[in-house]
Amino acid sequence: MVKVIKYVVYDIIRNRFVIGYTLLLLVMSLSFFGFESDPNKGLLSMLNIILMVVPLVSIIFSTIHFYNSYEFLELLSAQPMSRKTIFFSQYLGVCISLSLAFLFGVGLPTYIFEGSERGFTLISSGLLLTLIFVSIAFFASVFTRDKAKGIGIALGLWFYLCLLYDGLVLSALLTLSDYPMEKASLVFTAFNPTDLARILVLMKLDVSALMGITGAVFQNFFSSKIGISVAFFLLILWIIIPIAWAFKLFNKKDL
Amino acid sequence: MTKKMIQFENINKSFGKLQVLKDISVSFEQGQSVAILGPNGSGKTTLIKTLLGMVVPDSGSIFFERQSIKNAFLYRNQIGYMPQIGHYPPNLKIRQLIDMMIDIRNSKENNIELDEELIDEFKLKTVESKPLGTLSGGTTQKVSAALAFLFNPKVLILDEPTAGLDPLSSEILKAKILKEKQNGKLILITSHIMSDLEELASHIMYLQDGKLQFFKELEFLKIEFCEERLNKIIALIMQKKTKIYT
Repeated sequence: MVKVIKYVVYDIIRNRFVIGYTLLLLVMSLSFFGFESDPNKGLLSMLNIILMVVPLVSIIFSTIHFYNSYEFLELLSAQPMSRKTIFFSQYLGVCISLSLAFLFGVGLPTYIFEGSERGFTLISSGLLLTLIFVSIAFFASVFTRDKAKGIGIALGLWFYLCLLYDGLVLSALLTLSDYPMEKASLVFTAFNPTDLARILVLMKLDVSALMGITGAVFQNFFSSKIGISVAFFLLILWIIIPIAWAFKLFNKKDL
Repeated sequence: MTKKMIQFENINKSFGKLQVLKDISVSFEQGQSVAILGPNGSGKTTLIKTLLGMVVPDSGSIFFERQSIKNAFLYRNQIGYMPQIGHYPPNLKIRQLIDMMIDIRNSKENNIELDEELIDEFKLKTVESKPLGTLSGGTTQKVSAALAFLFNPKVLILDEPTAGLDPLSSEILKAKILKEKQNGKLILITSHIMSDLEELASHIMYLQDGKLQFFKELEFLKIEFCEERLNKIIALIMQKKTKIYT
């Protein structure tokens, strides 16, 4: 398995797209930290970028990569190698490459400018988001043999999780504003990895006062050790469930 | 004396509504050289892919050396597969691909003797630094053939091996197939070039619309049809089938 991962990573790292992604992240983080005198504000700006760009790039790149490596998958499937090895070496290869890009582009500057607990929360939630959206991308890719459809599904999922979901939750909260919705909104966030990541970082930035009662409930929950562990546990579930499901489909798929 | 290598038992497979394999049961023994024949779309490639585990049959089982291949993969150590159209990672160079396959198949630890005869005869070393994406169809075929024979497998599966090869390379490949046949390997070939099969095959398996029509020795067929030439025999069979349908 390690051997195959090696070839996958080697193939991806030479890809101009990943190099461009790393540079883009690097330039953004350097400029945010460089122009803002308050590193707190820098982190906040970084957070917004990470919540949009990282999921989008992870999901699109992984989907395209999966379809482009179909030949490689076919070649390997005629070799003495289990489907599990074939599938997970692809997955881990993409995860490793994109995580490296993220660590270089965001992790390194954040560590230099804001090497505090807050900085680390930002880095770890960004990394988790990368892994989550690679998982979701693989899930979208095994669904159909058609590349255009696969990318469509991936984009749809990104759109839903990063943009639409918040709108839906917001409208639900508004229509039901006569009822105490603080607990409910806590539950809503669990169903969206970007929201979870956002709140994890925001709670570290002491801006929860801006979020009213909901913010207070969140602050209470996500500042406790249990709350943080639950959030991380949920994020890890968001990695495992899509990829496990994707593997189940891939295992029965005709290549 | 002979050893049952591969056994298909009641294999069914559909892609959507189209049933491509209908209740196929057949077994192949060591030393046989089987030509899998049939019109286009009769399920030849699908049958091969089920054997490789690339296509999962809806029902039925396949045994390789008496072991079910379901969820197994180590049996593929014994198989060399030459696909109809080789799809390879386009950025990889020929040398890198070969090294990678050797690396993956682990032949240093398994101590398989590498058979580089075809690499030498096709002169692949002179083009080894070319990326696979830039190769012509024929050169890609040569790479596929060289890889199929490289690990000295007990079973060779060749899907249209000579299609796209120039006459010289085609002769080299045929000579190699004959040589391996004499070494007692099981060889499965699909092809539409009857003259090639006449030289290479000992048995004929005929598929039509996903059904196995017959599996017989070539010599036996020749006597049955009172005809020496394979393409005549196949033409007669195809005519007979169409008569039944019309």
